[in-house]
Amino acid sequence: MALLEVKNLNVCVDDREILHGLSLSVNEGEVHAIMGPNGSGKSTLSHVIAGKPGYEVTGGEILYKGENLLEMSPDERAAKGVFLAFQYPVEIPGVATMNFLRTALNAQRKARGQGEFSTPAFLKKVREVAAKLNIPQDMLKRGVNVGFSGGEKKRNEILQMALFEPALCILDEMDSGLDIDALRIAADGVNALRSPDRAMVVITHYQRLLNYIIPDFVHVMSRGRVVKSGDKQLALELEASGYTQFDDAA
Amino acid sequence: MNLALAKTDTARATSDIFATARDRLPGKEEVAEVRQRAFEAYERAGLPHRRIEEWKYTDLRALMREVLPLAAAPDAGALKRAEVALASLAAVDAQRLVLVDGVFAPTLSHPSTLEAGVKVRTLREALEDQNDEEKAELLDGGGILGPMISLNAAMATDGVLVTIAEGVTLKKPVHIVHVATRSSAARYTRSFLTVGKGARATLLESFVAAEGARSYQTNDAVAVRLGEATELQHVRLMVDAPDAVNITTAIFTIGAKARLNTLNMTTGGGVSRYQGYLTFAGEGAEVTANGVSLLVGRQHADNTLFLDHAVPNCMSREIFRSVVDDRAHSVFQGRIMVRPDAQKTDAKMMTRALLLSDEAEADNKPELEIFADDVTCGHGATTGALDESLLFYLRARGLSEKEAQALLIQAFVGEAIEQISSDALRELAISAAQHWLAARG
Repeated sequence: MALLEVKNLNVCVDDREILHGLSLSVNEGEVHAIMGPNGSGKSTLSHVIAGKPGYEVTGGEILYKGENLLEMSPDERAAKGVFLAFQYPVEIPGVATMNFLRTALNAQRKARGQGEFSTPAFLKKVREVAAKLNIPQDMLKRGVNVGFSGGEKKRNEILQMALFEPALCILDEMDSGLDIDALRIAADGVNALRSPDRAMVVITHYQRLLNYIIPDFVHVMSRGRVVKSGDKQLALELEASGYTQFDDAA
Repeated sequence: MNLALAKTDTARATSDIFATARDRLPGKEEVAEVRQRAFEAYERAGLPHRRIEEWKYTDLRALMREVLPLAAAPDAGALKRAEVALASLAAVDAQRLVLVDGVFAPTLSHPSTLEAGVKVRTLREALEDQNDEEKAELLDGGGILGPMISLNAAMATDGVLVTIAEGVTLKKPVHIVHVATRSSAARYTRSFLTVGKGARATLLESFVAAEGARSYQTNDAVAVRLGEATELQHVRLMVDAPDAVNITTAIFTIGAKARLNTLNMTTGGGVSRYQGYLTFAGEGAEVTANGVSLLVGRQHADNTLFLDHAVPNCMSREIFRSVVDDRAHSVFQGRIMVRPDAQKTDAKMMTRALLLSDEAEADNKPELEIFADDVTCGHGATTGALDESLLFYLRARGLSEKEAQALLIQAFVGEAIEQISSDALRELAISAAQHWLAARG
């Protein structure tokens, strides 16, 4: 059984169909890259998997560990191990990062019937992960993402990913707005989390990110569906030839 | 046109209430005369209504309808019930002064915890003191006019007069607690705090209801006088019964170089109005006057502040936050007066309302009246719902809808709370907000 099974998915936003019969199958331990031009529906797919309101699924289904993902609330999905690293992480003034991390982790644990993390154990864990990601301690005391640079916001997403230990990570345009050094730190953070029991879906417009996070599979999306799948070579071909050919095909 | 001169039924009932209560009200002769005049002033105006600009959003004729009879003085049973209600404040380490149904309760207060330099008298004692020739002034309202303060002067049964000596720094807050045990009755209290030159103090006020106390009315007045270079942290927590009425007038006179930080927090009561009159009486003073209202059901809470920059070189900051759910109604009226002499005034006011339901209502009315030319003044107001993108982010991290809302609401009101420098008082305000959020479910 695949960890994530997207079957013939149709999705509308404001009565406009964005995804037209999209299918995707992701197994544990695999890293899938989804590439495609702007407006091809990549971010819509990530939002629908995470459960963002405002998207109407008009056809098809998404199974996660064999369960109907679309029937779950966003917090249920998070507790069951679905994690979306946001393209644009929001700023939450007045909510200290540390408090947010603890509240979120304990909410997930509670939903799974696990006990709360003790404060010292929690602090130790956060500090370890933060140090690996070059996240200074004072950033954790500030409001969530408030005054963070683009790179810091992305690292904060990866910090959460490391802390929550999800089974399925969706990385939405992780490379957008990052310079090469910031990209390397973020990619190292992601690579450290690769494991046989964790799958990743890396959404990106550019091949560049895939030099750092080497995918097992590459899918090309155009006009709301996957039009071509292959291995990492496909990303290199795309870099050379561009997306136009797929626009024509679709 | 023949205007009806006959009293309405409501007015006649109120007049009977005063006549009946008279014998119980402390103070004879000149005090009784002041009460009589105050009552007549109230009678001429009656309950304020929406055609009076200051009461436009809080029409007491519609919301309060009538003045209830004076609550009976507390008997042993009432004191017992008040004691049970006080258990909710057990964790507050303070110099406690308790008023039950408008009467000072020595057995529930902690006179032994009073620190050196703190003197307390009751209003009753003061009004009945044969040797005090100025006692009637205690009821004159400090020049603040209006029917509700007049009614308070006419009917005040008790209160506390707290004096803090010059140069004293208090370790613990002075805590004035109002406990209501009687249903369908009114209580009138009037208290004073005088902080001597250079002294530093914290004042906490709590309004709580005993189990089963319902539909009561509170009309409280507090006059705070801050001497030169004093510092006062003030937090007021109003947790009255959900169908109770609370009308409070607070008068602050702020001396030169004084620092005042005041927060009014409303989570209880059915209908409430907190009207604060803050006057700068000396240069170089700084005031932070904040408010938080957390409202559900059909609660109506009005915060009306009048900040009078009567002298130059003073600074004022007002942050008001309201969170309004269901069909509740929040009102904030902030008026800043900068008198012609008050050059170098620095006054800012910011009010934000968070509406959690389509039927919730928030009215914000900032007013700046500036008669000096070298000043920095500003105000801002926003009203909106919780940000959907923030809610989704939190939910995608595992927080339930209510948990996500609670975290954002706490952050929203936190901006008005975080300036309290006393850790104990700040934590009390935060826990009042958390209590409200937990009750919301």
